[in-house]
Amino acid sequence: MGYIGEHLLPGQLGHFFIVLSLVSSAVAAFAYFKSANAVSEQNALSWKKLGRYAFFTDVFSVIAIFILLFYIIHSHYFEYKYAWQHTSLSLEVRYMLASFWEGQEGSFLLWTFWHCVLGLVLIKRSKEWEAPVLSVLSFVQFCLATMIAGLYIFGWKLGSNPFILLRDSGVLDNAPALHMNLDITQPLKPDYLSFITDGNDLNPLLQNYWMVIHPPALFLGFASTVVPFAFAVAGLWKNKFSEWTKPALPWALFSAAALGTGIMMGAAWAYESLTFGGYWAWDPVENASLVPWLVMIAGIHCLLIYRHSGHSLRVTHLFLILSFSLVLYSTFLTRSGILGDTSVHAFTDMGMNWQLIGFMAVCILPALLLFAARYKQIPSIQKEENATSREFWMFIGSLVLFLSAMLIIGKTSLPAFVKIAPPEDPEFAYNRIQVLVAVVVALLTAITHYMKYKQTSRSFFWKKIWLPTLISVVISSLILLFGNINYYKYGYGFLGSIWLAIACSVYSIIANGAYFIDKLRKSSKLSGGTLAHVGFAMMLLGILISSSKKEVLSYNTSGIAINFGDASKEESGENLTLVKDVRTDMGKYWVTYEGSEKNPKKPLWYYNVKFENKSGKEKFVLQPNAFINYKGNEGLMANPASEHYWDHDIYTYITSLPDPTKNRDTAQFVNKTLKPGDTTFYSKGYFILEKVMTRDSIPTKEGIDPNGRASLAIIKVHSQNNSTYTAQPLLVNRGGALYAVPDTVVSQNLIFAINSVQGDKVNMGVKEPNTILDYLTLKAYRFPFINILWLGVIVMVIGIIMSMVKHIRRMNREAVAGK
Amino acid sequence: MKKVHIILLVLIAGAIAVLVSFLKASTTYDSIDSAKAKAGKYVHVIARLDRSQPIEYDALKDPNYLSFTAIDSLGKTVKVVYRNAKPENLESSEHLVLKGDYENDHFECKEIMMKCPSKYKDDMNAAEKNIRETTQTEPIENQTAEKRIN
Repeated sequence: MGYIGEHLLPGQLGHFFIVLSLVSSAVAAFAYFKSANAVSEQNALSWKKLGRYAFFTDVFSVIAIFILLFYIIHSHYFEYKYAWQHTSLSLEVRYMLASFWEGQEGSFLLWTFWHCVLGLVLIKRSKEWEAPVLSVLSFVQFCLATMIAGLYIFGWKLGSNPFILLRDSGVLDNAPALHMNLDITQPLKPDYLSFITDGNDLNPLLQNYWMVIHPPALFLGFASTVVPFAFAVAGLWKNKFSEWTKPALPWALFSAAALGTGIMMGAAWAYESLTFGGYWAWDPVENASLVPWLVMIAGIHCLLIYRHSGHSLRVTHLFLILSFSLVLYSTFLTRSGILGDTSVHAFTDMGMNWQLIGFMAVCILPALLLFAARYKQIPSIQKEENATSREFWMFIGSLVLFLSAMLIIGKTSLPAFVKIAPPEDPEFAYNRIQVLVAVVVALLTAITHYMKYKQTSRSFFWKKIWLPTLISVVISSLILLFGNINYYKYGYGFLGSIWLAIACSVYSIIANGAYFIDKLRKSSKLSGGTLAHVGFAMMLLGILISSSKKEVLSYNTSGIAINFGDASKEESGENLTLVKDVRTDMGKYWVTYEGSEKNPKKPLWYYNVKFENKSGKEKFVLQPNAFINYKGNEGLMANPASEHYWDHDIYTYITSLPDPTKNRDTAQFVNKTLKPGDTTFYSKGYFILEKVMTRDSIPTKEGIDPNGRASLAIIKVHSQNNSTYTAQPLLVNRGGALYAVPDTVVSQNLIFAINSVQGDKVNMGVKEPNTILDYLTLKAYRFPFINILWLGVIVMVIGIIMSMVKHIRRMNREAVAGK
Repeated sequence: MKKVHIILLVLIAGAIAVLVSFLKASTTYDSIDSAKAKAGKYVHVIARLDRSQPIEYDALKDPNYLSFTAIDSLGKTVKVVYRNAKPENLESSEHLVLKGDYENDHFECKEIMMKCPSKYKDDMNAAEKNIRETTQTEPIENQTAEKRIN
């Protein structure tokens, strides 16, 4: 039966190319495998040719899938589930790529796409390593292709296909309006598509430029870890334990740069536009990407040790294998849903857990078994490293990084396997250990460049290092003395560790910086490695200072919002409510909520919040925004805004907004019970009940009534334009009959009437005809020196890339010389 | 024994000690009854919002006070106090992970994690709801026409 208005061709082509990529990657893996194992030269060459053609076919298929899926998204073909689920007609074109990789299928595609790019470069450059390396890469490509295959094999669902139609996906099964006779057991109406007028859209939290650029960077990082892995496996496989290290080094450096950039882009995104209150929270998703990076860094250092001294070759193999393995393990952790209760990210179980476990098993186990089988054959030096040698301390540093990575991933995974919940303060559980790692790593990076490989004479070391050491001692003392770094929350032990880590980071920046300048001056060589260390130490320093000095600005301690009722007698919270146009006290600032604007196309609201420094020198308006009741997402989804300074950021986001249903009819008296001193907001300011008095002998129309009594409330009204008014409503008691005598503050459109008085408590009605109380609740933070962190990332990545370029140039020179 | 081996042993011993201390510091998932039994001890409680009871939150009165009733899978209920802004999707949440401890008459919650249909990614519930809502306003003529054809 046909349906009206469907575009089936792109989907059919998509299915075809998915199958083609599956087959061609399998052929490529097999052909390259035969080529690598071939005995005769000619045999190897013909298999390699076949492998290349198969790989090119795979690349072509992946690109075709990419284009077709993007075409479906871009054309709003809502008959496809992917387009319907991730886009809408109002979605800006610039976010279409974001919706492409919002789904799991799209992110797998992105991953496999980067493998294609890396594979093409490898074919062009890696010469005799092409066959074994591409064999491994094509095998991984095959595994990734199964993830989007959507095939059923003996009743097992293999992968999730992005080209599935909406009507086949089950989404429409419970919508009677779309079925014949309004009966969901009947087939769909032929014109069902005319009812699907709009898609479900990209999640509003992800409608953000970071979502466009972060996943490609991160997945390039993930994808690139396969290359050093493939080289290490190829070396083991071909019994060429040493030769692979040379071509693998630039790739490992590239991977470190790409993955590092990807991770820190995620941190910047979390900081800039998600309301997690910072850039890093030791969340499983973050840890899962950090750990492979740490192991890759450890692997690179071991690789350098081997290239310079012949030590540590075995552990180099292990680390580079593990780095990729950890990428796969992370994929499993974050996509299987097994950590669902421990993370702010809601993982979804796609019913692919066994497939993900299978993916890990077929990649990791053979590699580790091969490593175990060849372990004895891998050359190693029996004589141990001299304790004054560079390689000794580099190795210790790598070991510390590796163990720290194992601790992080262990802590992250434990709740998935043991029935325990994360600790009370999960961030501190990581921080108190990692701050020590920071101390050791920063110290080692500071001194190790001043040592030589093999051994270092004492005089050489001290001659070079005394000046940077002295400068560092002076600078870090100044920071610690005048920087006010007093983070007592976890006691003096932790504060001491932070101080030590800050000092070591400063030492590392200065020592590496001095080394870099020295080298540049003496031999006009750019030392990328030292520059990367400077960047890394800057990151550490930025992290340490910004997180230990992070300040909550919106503490509800002073001003007017504090003494409302019993609940707020408890410790003050981090949320502050601002009533429109009422200037409110917030620490160093006066803040005013000045009004809101709506996005013309979507239920997205921008709130103007004015910050004025009490010193009068600083004034700015921040515009945090929020989606309200968007496409089945009830409530509010907020995006923060921040004001950047060179040395700190002011950061704010909305935590609560009024419920419009409660505010609808304000022309009623709103009853409140107040004591003297209590403060209440109204739409244009606030008022304070000053006192309650009782009067005898009240004047009446008929003259003084000596038996009459009246309660009188004196209310001070403070309006937004700083005028004050007094209102004096009365409650008259004449012989047991009560009469309320309301009082009106005309200019404020405010009416007060007393209902009853008990002791000093007054129950009072307040009426504001024809106005709606507009307010918002927000949190605000001050992050000092966060820019050191971002600058550090940039410096580190530049340093790593410089080092990579240097090694590639050297290889090219040697290749030319060799000919 | 080589120096490296000694350092390796020390580091591994340290790592094990850290993991053990982590296990000790880790908390448990509890039901409402067992959380009450362990009053004062920090636990994770998995429960749902009891929609039959009112949610108390007034940002004008105090933006840092939220109180509601939670009900767990065993049907036990507890009053929850959370001294922070009301998470906006509390009402639409499917289940809640409440972190905190039981004190006197209520569960003092330090952190709430909401598992919402649609909060972050591909959950289809919100999507289906969206479809139902957008297809609800179907014109009557259409339905009668449909019936005539059949």
